[in-house]
Amino acid sequence: MFGLNAKDARLYIIVLALLLFAPFLLNPFPEGSGLAQFNAGYPDMMQRLVIFGLFAVGFNILFGLTGYLSFGHAAFLGVGSYAGVWMFKLLTMNVIPALIISTLVAGLFSLLIGYISLRRSGIYFSILTLAFAQMCYSLAYSVLTPITGGETGLQLSLDDPRILGVQQTAQGNIPVPNLFGLPMNAATTLDVGAWSFTFSVGYYFAAFVFACAFYFTIRLFRSPFGLMLRAVKSNQSRMSYTGLNARPYTLAAFVISGMFAGLAGGLLVSMDPLAGAERMLWTASGEVVLMTILGGVGTLIGPILGAGVITYLEAIVSTINSTVLHNWFEALPDGLENFLVNIIYPFVGSGWHLTLGLVFVIVVCFLPGGIVEGGKRIGGLFTRKNKSSDSVKADSAAQPGPGE
Amino acid sequence: MSFKTFSRRGVMKAGVATGAALATPTLFTGAVWADAHTGFTNAPGDSTVTLGFNVPQTGAYADEGADELRAYQLAVKHLNGEGDGGMMNTFSERNLDGTGILGRRVEFVTGDTQTNSDAARASARSMIERDGAIMITGGSSSGVAIAVQGLCQDAGVIFMAGLTHSNDTTGKDRRANGFRHFFNTEMSGRALAPILEANYGSDRKAYHLTADYTWGWSQEGSMRTYTEALGWETVNTVLTPVGAGDFSSYLTPVANSGADVLILNHYGGDMVNSLTQAVQFGLRDLQVNGKQFEIIVPLFSRLMARGAGDAIKGIFGSTNWHWSLQDEGSQAFVRSFGQEYGFPPSQAAHTCYVQTLLYADAVTRAGTFNPCGVVEALEGFEFDGLGNGPTLYRADDHQCFKDVLVVRGKENPESEYDLLEIVEITPRETVTYPVDHPDFQGGALGTCNPGA
Amino acid sequence: MESIILQLLNGLDKGSAYALIALGLTLIFGTLGVVNFAHGALFMMGAFIAVTLNMLLGISFEVEDPTRTDFLGNVMMVDTPYVVHWFGESFGNFLIDWSVPISVVVAIPVMALIGVAMERGLIRFFYKRPHADQILVTFGLAIVLQEIIKAFYGANPIPTPAPDAFVGSFDVGRILGFDAFAIMYPYWRLVYFFFAAVIIGLVFAFLQFTTFGMVVRAGMADRETVGLLGIDIDKRFVTMFAIAAIVAGLAGVMYTPILSPNYHMGMDFLVLSFVVVVVGGMGSLPGAVAAGFLLGILQSFASMTWIIELIPGINQVVIYLVAIVILLTRPRGLMGRKGVMEE
Repeated sequence: MFGLNAKDARLYIIVLALLLFAPFLLNPFPEGSGLAQFNAGYPDMMQRLVIFGLFAVGFNILFGLTGYLSFGHAAFLGVGSYAGVWMFKLLTMNVIPALIISTLVAGLFSLLIGYISLRRSGIYFSILTLAFAQMCYSLAYSVLTPITGGETGLQLSLDDPRILGVQQTAQGNIPVPNLFGLPMNAATTLDVGAWSFTFSVGYYFAAFVFACAFYFTIRLFRSPFGLMLRAVKSNQSRMSYTGLNARPYTLAAFVISGMFAGLAGGLLVSMDPLAGAERMLWTASGEVVLMTILGGVGTLIGPILGAGVITYLEAIVSTINSTVLHNWFEALPDGLENFLVNIIYPFVGSGWHLTLGLVFVIVVCFLPGGIVEGGKRIGGLFTRKNKSSDSVKADSAAQPGPGE
Repeated sequence: MSFKTFSRRGVMKAGVATGAALATPTLFTGAVWADAHTGFTNAPGDSTVTLGFNVPQTGAYADEGADELRAYQLAVKHLNGEGDGGMMNTFSERNLDGTGILGRRVEFVTGDTQTNSDAARASARSMIERDGAIMITGGSSSGVAIAVQGLCQDAGVIFMAGLTHSNDTTGKDRRANGFRHFFNTEMSGRALAPILEANYGSDRKAYHLTADYTWGWSQEGSMRTYTEALGWETVNTVLTPVGAGDFSSYLTPVANSGADVLILNHYGGDMVNSLTQAVQFGLRDLQVNGKQFEIIVPLFSRLMARGAGDAIKGIFGSTNWHWSLQDEGSQAFVRSFGQEYGFPPSQAAHTCYVQTLLYADAVTRAGTFNPCGVVEALEGFEFDGLGNGPTLYRADDHQCFKDVLVVRGKENPESEYDLLEIVEITPRETVTYPVDHPDFQGGALGTCNPGA
Repeated sequence: MESIILQLLNGLDKGSAYALIALGLTLIFGTLGVVNFAHGALFMMGAFIAVTLNMLLGISFEVEDPTRTDFLGNVMMVDTPYVVHWFGESFGNFLIDWSVPISVVVAIPVMALIGVAMERGLIRFFYKRPHADQILVTFGLAIVLQEIIKAFYGANPIPTPAPDAFVGSFDVGRILGFDAFAIMYPYWRLVYFFFAAVIIGLVFAFLQFTTFGMVVRAGMADRETVGLLGIDIDKRFVTMFAIAAIVAGLAGVMYTPILSPNYHMGMDFLVLSFVVVVVGGMGSLPGAVAAGFLLGILQSFASMTWIIELIPGINQVVIYLVAIVILLTRPRGLMGRKGVMEE
C-alpha cells in the first residue's frame, strides 16, 4: 500500500490515525475536572507536537541514518521562521509561499553550512555546526536586528508593504496567516457531555504537512539512498574503499534534514507569526538532539515520541502551580494534602526543568536506546518472539556509529 | 451533544470551511458589547473569571518572576475579598469591593515565559486556548512583553504588561489591547538628568557600556539625549554581548579614555557583573579631569542588585517604585505583602499587583469583560492611591504617566532588602513626553480587538 | 600599547577559566571516553561551595535593637554571626572575610566526593554506551543539579566577595617598565591567573611524574594495548573523574568574586568549554590549555572598540569564528591526535 511494505504501511496508517484523532486522544479528561490540567488537546499544543515532531524526524534523517551529530540544527529552523515571516510581511498572508520560501532558504543555509562542516567528522563536525548556529543566533539577536527583530523577534505590523492582500483588516487589525482564505487560527469546538474537543484549521494543516513529510521519510529510509546513508554510518572507510565518495550522500542528507527544519520553522510562524532569535540558541539545537535520542535514534517513530514527550512536559508541567495541586488533593485531610503538595511542588511549575532532567536520566538508564527500544523490550517480555520481526526500528540505536 | 463554533477572526470563512459539516456557525457582529457577555474571546461564565499570569519561572529572571507571581496571588486574594484588601483601600476608585470582578470569583492560571519570546507566546496561547484566560499579564523583559502583547492583540484579549522598560512597548510596538504601567527608558533619562547635574555638575565626559539588544540601545539613546543636554560629552559607547559574564575587556579601556563617568546600560545579571567588575577594576577610586570618577546604572532592580553586593553603594539609578515610599498606597501594599510573605515586595511585584487591580477596576467601570470596553475604560483614565501618586493612562499610547523615583545605593543598609534610598521623586510633569516623541514613532495602536 | 597589554591580561584571565574547565573535560573525554555535559554543572557546584561556606560562616543569631525598626514597623533584629561570637571579633571576621580562599580547602574533598558519587552512581554504567546516551544522561544530570541549586539558592546572582586584602589593583605597568599607574590590574584577577597556572602545573606534573599518571597517559593514547598488558584501566577511572571534578570545582570557587554565581552559570560555560576542548584537539591536554588561553585572548582583543567599529558584532562571534577557522585548517584542532572521537 502507498508503495510501502506491509509493516511500514501499518505504521503509517497508525500515525495517520493518531494525527486525525489527536483532538480526542489528547483531551481525555473532562473539562473542569482536576485532571483537565493534563489535557493537551488545545490548538497551540497540538500544532507544536506535530511541528517539533517534523523537526525531529528531519533531524533523524541526518543523525539516525548517517550518524553525523549536528549541534546546530535549530539555526535552520530559525532562518526558516524568519524567511516565513518576511514572506507574510512582503508578499501575502497565504502560508503556501511562506512554507516554500522557508524550506528553500533553510535548504540554502544548510547547503552552505553542510558543505563546510562535512569536511570534518565526529565531534569536530558537531562543533562546526554548533559554531555556525551560535553565530547565527548572536548576530540575529544583536547586529542583524533590522532583519530579525532582535530580542523582540520578527513580527508583523500594521504597515507591512504586503503586495498581495490587505495591510490591515477592515477592523484595523493585522491579518491572520491563511490557506487561500482559510485562517489558521479558526477552530471549531465540539462539546460531548463534560468533554470539549477543539478542531483547529492550523493543526490539521500542520498535520497534513507532517503526514506528507513523514511519508517521504519512510520512503527515504527504505530507498537505496537511505541504505547508502546507513553504509556511511556503519563504516565510512569501507565505503570509500569500494570507490564510493560518501560526501555527496551525507551532504544531501544534511540538506534534506535542514529543509525539514526550515519547513518546521515555516509552519511555526504560520501558526503564530512571530520568529524569535531564541529558537536558534544552542539549547534549542540541543533540544532536538535530546528529542531524537529520547525517542530512539535511527527509528522512524522515535523522534516523534521524543518530541512529544519534551514538548508536552514543557507546556503542561510548567503550568501546574500550587493552587492546582491544592485543588487536586482537596478531598484529603489537611495534613496529608499539604504533605503531598510539598512533595510534588518542586517537580512542577517553576520546577519543570527538574522533571525534564529526571526523565532524561531515567529513560536513558532504564530504557537504553530510547522510548522505542524500551517499548520493544517491554513488548518482548510479553510476546517472547520479536527479534528480526521489527522493521519499524531500522537500525539498532544502541550500536555506536561514526559521528556519534 | 452540542456544538459551538468560534474563530478569532474571519468567522464566516472558517465557519463555512470547517464548521459546515459539523454545525451551523453562530455569527457575532462584534462592537456591540454593552452589557452583553458574549461576542468576544473567552467570555467568562457567571461564576468565575480566569486571568493568565505569564511570568519567567526558569532562567535568569526566575526570582523576579516568582515575586511577580506572589503579587498576582495577593491581588487575586484581595479581589476575592480575602486578606486585608491592600491597595484596594487606598485606590482612588472605590469600585472593587472584594466580590471578585463583576461578581465573578477570580481564578488564575500560571505559565513560564522562560524569558524567551517563543516560549512566552506558547504559554500565553495555552492560557487563552485551553484555560480560557480573559486577560494575560506578566513578563520581566521587553522582548517578551512586546511579543505577548502582539499575540493578545491578535487573539482578542487584554494584555497588562509587567516589568518592561523599553520604549518600544508603548512606542513602535504599541497595541490597542496592551497597557503598560511600568516606566520606560525615556522617563529614566528625564528623571535622572537633573539629579546627575546637581550631583556631578554639567561638565562631564561619559562612557557608555550598552547591552547589545533593543532595550540597551533604547536606554543608551535616552541617557545620551538627556546627559548631552546637560552639557555632558559622550566619549564613547560600546556594545557588549548579552550575558557576557566577564566584562573586563570592556572595562579596562574606560580608565584611559578620558571619561569621568561610566554609564552601564545593563539590566539583571549583566548589570550585576559589569557593576561588580567595574568596582573591582578600581574605576570608582579614579580621579579623572580633577573629578571623582562616577558610575551610573540607569535602571535598578533591587532584587538583582543584591548580587552586586557592596558595589552598588552610592550609585545613582532610577526605579519605578520602592517599598520605602511613605504614601498611603505603598504602605498598604508593603504591609499586606510583608504579612503574607515576610519580606517587602519588589518593583516588579508592585507593577504587577497594580496592573491586576487596574484591570479589575476597568472591567467593573465598563460593566463588561469585553476587551473593547476595557480599553475604553482604561484610556485616559486618571487615578491615584496606587503608590506612584496621581497617574494617567494616556489614551494615545496606553502608557502610564506618573512620578519616577531616582534612587541611590544605600551606604549603610539595615537589611538585605534595604539596598536603595530614594533621592528624589521626580514629578509626573517632568517625565511626561509628547505623544509625537521621535523615539516612540513607527507604530500605531490600531483598534481594539475583541476576538471572536 | 598599554591597552594591548591590558587586553592581554584580560585574555589570560578569561583563558585561565576556560583552560581549567577544558582541562577537566579533556581528562574525562580522553581517559574515560565520556562526553560529559554535566561538566559545566561541576564548575557551578564549585562556585556554590564558596557561596555555601560564605553563608555558613555568616550564620547569625538575632539580637533586638530597640533603637531601630524594620519595614513593617516592628523592632529591628540585628544579626551577629556565630563565628564572631565564638572566635572573637577579629578572627571571626577574618574567617568571614576569607571565605573564598577557605572554600578552596573545603572544595577539594567535597568535589572529590561529588565526582566519585557521579562516577560510581551513574557515569560508570555509560562507558560502553553510545555517545548519544552519554549526552542524554549527563545533560539530564546537569539539569537536575542546577535545579537543586536553584531550589536552595534562588535564581539571582549571589555576591561572594574576595578578601579585603585583595581589593584594589596592582601596578603591573611598573614591573614592565611603563609609567606608574599606566597598567593597573585587580589583585584578585592576578591571583586567579596564578592559581590556574599552579593547578594546571599540578595536573601535568601528576600525569607526567607518577606511575598512575603514566598509565593514564598510556590509556589515553591506546586504551586497547594498555588493557592487553593486563592493566585494569577502569579502576583508575574513578580517580580521574574525581580529579576532573576537583579541577572544575576549584575553577568555580575562585571565580566567584569575579562573577557572582547563579544556578545556570554552568550551562553558560558548557558550550564554550566544549569549543575550547575541540579547538585544542581531542585527547590533548596541552591542546586544551593552549586553546583556552588562545580563545580568551582573542575574545578580549575582539572587544576593543576600534575592532568592533571595523567589524560590527565581531565580539559576539569571535570564539566561534576562530573555532571554525582552526577546525578547517587543522583537521584535528591545535594538537589533536588521529582517531580520537572522530568515529
